[in-house]
Amino acid sequence: MSPLTGYLLLSALIFSVGLAGALTRRSAILVLIGIELMLNAANLNFIAFWRYGPNPQALTGIMFAIFSIGIAAAEAAVGLGIILAAYRHSKTTELDQMNSMKG
Amino acid sequence: MTVTFLILAALTLAGTVAAMAMRNLIHCVLALTLGFAGLAALYLLLGAQFVGFTQILVYVGAVAILAVFVIMMTQSAIPAMQSIFSSFWVAGSVVAAAVFAVLAWAICRSGFASQVLPPVEAAVHPIGDALMHGYVLPLEIMGLLLTAAMIGAVVLAMHEKRRTP
Repeated sequence: MSPLTGYLLLSALIFSVGLAGALTRRSAILVLIGIELMLNAANLNFIAFWRYGPNPQALTGIMFAIFSIGIAAAEAAVGLGIILAAYRHSKTTELDQMNSMKG
Repeated sequence: MTVTFLILAALTLAGTVAAMAMRNLIHCVLALTLGFAGLAALYLLLGAQFVGFTQILVYVGAVAILAVFVIMMTQSAIPAMQSIFSSFWVAGSVVAAAVFAVLAWAICRSGFASQVLPPVEAAVHPIGDALMHGYVLPLEIMGLLLTAAMIGAVVLAMHEKRRTP
């Protein structure tokens, strides 16, 4: 098994764990964390392909990963703000109990 | 496939799985920090120092702390006695397992050559050079997006003031 295959398999595992968490947990905060994990798995793919790709001097994978980390930070801030606002509205962060959109 | 990679991969996987499976949300975030730190170490192992340290700064330093703040502000650290998984957890697990099966099948089928490459190091200087020349427009757009996200998060999380007539 080549090193690239190892990294890609690890990244696929992290992605699946994040997906499973985002789909199965009740807490909205953990759903957001699962999405963060999926973004991190994509970053690992970028870095691994940059390292084992044909032209590492171009730094394309590094740039993609840096911008992806920035986007993920913005997403986490806005997502947690939305969770706070929803908590103030419905007094819960459990997704099963957030079942009304009307104020 | 070095021993270092195997150890770091096991650490990262243990952290992420624990983050998704534990009951107390604070413990979940602590396990998540372990996973993020393991990922940063993997980036360092791959020779991407800048991304590795950015990962530590942004994820371990900012996102995890933000999540802990939100958990404490919403008092949801310890959930109620009911299950921590939602009512459709079987379907969710099946979907996640199917996604992993498809990804692993595709990766194993593609057969990447196991050539031995000379060590590559992305020094900070070329990265800064590229960010300031070739990628300067995306960098500015990213700054704008982060500013907008910060303002948006503050506005969302701010207490609504009662309007006095």
